[in-house]
Amino acid sequence: MADKKLEKKVKLYTKPFSFHVNVESFIPATEEEKRQQVLLRESTSFWKDGFRRLWKNKVAMTCVFILSIIILAVVFIPMFWPYSYDDQLGVSQGQPVDASYSNLKPFEYGETELSLIEAGESVFPHVFGTDSAGRDYFIRVIFGARVSLSVGLFASLIVLVIGTLYGSVAGYVGGKVDLFMMRVVDIIYSLPDMLVIILLSVVFNQLFKDALAGTILASLGANMISIFIVFGLLYWVGMARLIRGQILTLKEQDYVLAARSIGASHSRIISKHLLPNSISVIIISTALQIPSAIFTESFLSFIGLGVAAPMPSLGSLASAALGGVFSYAYRLVIPALFICFIVLSLNLLGDGLRDAFDPKMKA
Amino acid sequence: MDSKLMSYIIKRILLTIVTIWLIITITFFVMNIIPGGPFLSEKAITQEVQDALNAKYGLDKPLIVQYFNYLKNLLHFDFGPSIKLRGREVVDIILDGFKVSGKIGLMAAGIALVSGITFGSIAAINRNKLIDNTIMVSTTAFVAMPSFVIGSFLLLVFCVYWQILPSVGSDPGGLVLPVIALALYPTAYITRLTRSSMLDVLQQDYIRTANAKGVSYYAMIYKHALKNALIPVITYAGPMIAYILTGSLVVEKIFSVPGLGRQFINSITNRDYPLIMGTTIFLATLVVLMNLVSDLMYKVVDPRIDFN
Repeated sequence: MADKKLEKKVKLYTKPFSFHVNVESFIPATEEEKRQQVLLRESTSFWKDGFRRLWKNKVAMTCVFILSIIILAVVFIPMFWPYSYDDQLGVSQGQPVDASYSNLKPFEYGETELSLIEAGESVFPHVFGTDSAGRDYFIRVIFGARVSLSVGLFASLIVLVIGTLYGSVAGYVGGKVDLFMMRVVDIIYSLPDMLVIILLSVVFNQLFKDALAGTILASLGANMISIFIVFGLLYWVGMARLIRGQILTLKEQDYVLAARSIGASHSRIISKHLLPNSISVIIISTALQIPSAIFTESFLSFIGLGVAAPMPSLGSLASAALGGVFSYAYRLVIPALFICFIVLSLNLLGDGLRDAFDPKMKA
Repeated sequence: MDSKLMSYIIKRILLTIVTIWLIITITFFVMNIIPGGPFLSEKAITQEVQDALNAKYGLDKPLIVQYFNYLKNLLHFDFGPSIKLRGREVVDIILDGFKVSGKIGLMAAGIALVSGITFGSIAAINRNKLIDNTIMVSTTAFVAMPSFVIGSFLLLVFCVYWQILPSVGSDPGGLVLPVIALALYPTAYITRLTRSSMLDVLQQDYIRTANAKGVSYYAMIYKHALKNALIPVITYAGPMIAYILTGSLVVEKIFSVPGLGRQFINSITNRDYPLIMGTTIFLATLVVLMNLVSDLMYKVVDPRIDFN
């Protein structure tokens, strides 16, 4: 009965040109009221606002500039550089090894190259010289930087995916599940990561050596794969903790209640409401994860557990250069400086991102 | 001490025990996954010799029995004999190495704490002045340097170009560079930590109160600001020990220090499994215990922290 009455009433009020129309609603707006509607400034979105702030941050922009140069270099230079990272220049088939190519100083040439130059041909210079096996050092450094950067990037992606999934489930479900999942995180968190990484690298190395032979992954090397596995196993816990904390506070918000009341599924609430709202935290910690992954990789390469030879990485280049440090110091300095620049720019860029995107930092 | 704190401490100790057990278990089983066992790389040996070796080291028993034997031996600090260094017990090798590494590590930790806190307070007091900016720029640079980069640069500058310090870290003068190499990163970290928490504390009401009642400036800095600002530094003690331990692996390699770190690296390249296991368990337990101590100290020192 009540429903029918209500229906009648609704019809009455929405009837076009009925006497119940509120005539006052149709009075033309005054000039002052019109002026209120003028957009003085375009409203900024979250991204626009953040990038504007990032753009103004000189330190962060310098880091972006340095990083883009390094990234462009490691992507494009190997395409046109006449030497490759595993080319032993003194070695050619059917002939004795030409020792004049080993340990060249920067811009020096091997014997056959010198005779070519005398004959009037131009030879591409060895900008950083060659290493003890006669390989062009410049391209090795570039390739090492490429390896280090991609390890950092992929490892952070692994951490991002696992950490976000685990953390959001734990935070969203809550209760006993959360308690159990977080105990697991606590235990993994308290493991000394570097030691476990070393241990697992030793073992995976042995395990994968034979299994990988002949597959595409073989060129990556068992060490590289074990680094990724280790990152997948251990490093996500920090991210998981962070995301869980965010989700815990966010899920009490009214808009989540609203979404739930109109029947949104759990996965929709997590992916459309909770995660986008914690995006700033996710971005910042991913950005800061990259340099720490590069740190780990270069550390492992330095103690001989990194990428497989002849593939260089900045850490293994520095490690190899340590033996000849008294005569060829620049071979140690160059990769070391590369690492410092990459890590420093990534660190500062991460700080800049935090200043730009963290809602709490807005003054 | 209230019951909440007690239950927190007990929970934390139990978690530590579980962690140590987990480390031992992971180490044991992970090491046993490796196909072929520890004697595979040995020169061609006959089946009888292989069996005799297996029997001697208890490797002929089922894995689970070996595991419990290993646990039992660990309780007596018996890590078994080294395979590559004939006739030496793993525990002796570890202790010998640790005598050197522990000394270097302790010195590095001490230097890092003292200089880090000093620089951090100086930076915070002189906020945004030249000295603060200098300190912040240099710490930012040092935080971006992996330990092996710092170590190699020190080696280059002091041993190759100036040649004023020995590059081999066995004699007393040779310990200077390894200690500095290990201390630089934690120093930079502690400086930043102290600075930010000091800046935080300096804005608190009780500092204004202290000022208002006429406490002298340096007494105010020391008694009211610094003591409160140091609480976050305590939490870094655990990670710092972990950093120094792993850092010592590369630093000892660079400066040829006959310590535990170099021994560990050698055991990895030699595939000396009992030594790898023993060293991992030893170092990991040390790190976990230090984390426990720094966590507990943090909670005891600061009564404001709640335990939920």
